[in-house]
Amino acid sequence: MSSVLAPLALIGALTMNVLAKLGRFVLFLLRSFSHIFRPPYYPKEFAISLLTIGWLSLPVVGLTAIFTGGALALQIYSGGARFNAEAVVPQIVAIGMVRELGPVLVGLMIAARVTSSIAAEIATMKVTEQIDALVTLSTNPMKYLVVPRLLAALITVPLLVGIGDIIGIAGGYAVGVQNLGFNPAAYLKNTADFLELRDIVSSLVKGGVFGVIAALMGCFYGMHSDRGAQGVGRATKGSVEAAAILILAANFVLTGLFFSV
Amino acid sequence: MIRLDNVHKTFGSNRVLRGLTLEIERGTSMVIIGGSGTGKSVALKCILGLVTPDSGTITVDGQQAGTGDRDAFLARFGMLFQGGALFDSLPVWQNVSFRHLRGSLKKPKEQAREIAIEKLRRVGLKASVADQLPAELSGGMQKRVGLARAIAADPEIIFFDEPTTGLDPIMAGVINDLIREIVVEMGATAMTITHDMSSVRAIADNVAMLHEGVIKWTGPVAQMDNSGDPYLEQFITGSAEGPIEAIR
Repeated sequence: MSSVLAPLALIGALTMNVLAKLGRFVLFLLRSFSHIFRPPYYPKEFAISLLTIGWLSLPVVGLTAIFTGGALALQIYSGGARFNAEAVVPQIVAIGMVRELGPVLVGLMIAARVTSSIAAEIATMKVTEQIDALVTLSTNPMKYLVVPRLLAALITVPLLVGIGDIIGIAGGYAVGVQNLGFNPAAYLKNTADFLELRDIVSSLVKGGVFGVIAALMGCFYGMHSDRGAQGVGRATKGSVEAAAILILAANFVLTGLFFSV
Repeated sequence: MIRLDNVHKTFGSNRVLRGLTLEIERGTSMVIIGGSGTGKSVALKCILGLVTPDSGTITVDGQQAGTGDRDAFLARFGMLFQGGALFDSLPVWQNVSFRHLRGSLKKPKEQAREIAIEKLRRVGLKASVADQLPAELSGGMQKRVGLARAIAADPEIIFFDEPTTGLDPIMAGVINDLIREIVVEMGATAMTITHDMSSVRAIADNVAMLHEGVIKWTGPVAQMDNSGDPYLEQFITGSAEGPIEAIR
């Protein structure tokens, strides 16, 4: 009998574990957003977060976008050649970068760079009792650690996505003009004519949502880290996995909302 | 006065505090001793509200911990953490004057820095340390910075969590003397948790022996060696034989 019930017990335990974690996350999410609207605020921490999440991510975002835009131009040209559609390179690079690849790749790069860094930093603070120290110094860790990072990601990631879109299109332009023989002026005109406001808005909205996911996951896993070096490692790994999966899932949902026929 | 009355706390299946009752008179120095995992740190964190007890009451001068204005409640406390818990990203002076740079006790930056340097001097550190990062300091210096931070806002109550752990005997003696001097000088109520018997003798007015989540013995430090309590005697002598299991 016990061998029959063992798998059920395991499934039950796993389900309870997942539900408990989900409950903790929902509470964390609500508390995080509630603290945004309640002082005190920490402008210095916010400025530092703007710098580390936004400004210092620019090189990674720029390099990712330029190579992706260039590769996309080559792929579309060679794929389009199969049915004499090489001329659509500017339009498809623009729409591909702005609607999909720009936000998703920037989101994933932010998850890799920022989420991991936030989770590792906060988890280390937790295991070395720095978070307890903050509390004893009359400082709420949610306000001091979470809110500045959350707001900074909400503001900077859409900007990074916008910059990534432009650089990606520029990468496609460089390859199109230099390697594929497109006329520069015509390439730019086709790009500008084809893009709609809805494409740009969807890109920036996705950036905002992905930024919030990236920062929240880093903070949540950091604040709920287990003790020791292994705890910090697990928090970091878990935060990046969760952020990447949630970003891709959110991308699917948002794409459906913006572009469902 | 700090009063803990029948405080219980369980983590999962681990019953850490099993009816802890203890009183610490205002202006006295209480040292809680006991083996690892007996609930000393948890007791201290329960008072500060870092851990919520499952049952029992904790009052500080009649006010129940966890009720009323939390900032005002915490402003009465200073705490020296076992590992220092200094903020790695901030220079030493900003660690010490953390409370004076933000929140209700905020002061102009220059004044906050002056306070930090004065407190650093009080714990035997030079002003040149102020601009260093915690990682650039030795373990003993980090403890002193932690001590300076604990006393920076002139708290009424100071907690010391294993103040001499990881220090050589000479540095441990220096820290013990500093703690005693500061507590006497400030007239503060102090609560220290430690395994180190030399710390107990240097710091304590009163001693409490905690074992398996309850106080086994409490009394003045002068009576500690003649307590007649088998738990305390075993702990003082460091013997493997006695009511406390050597392997826990």
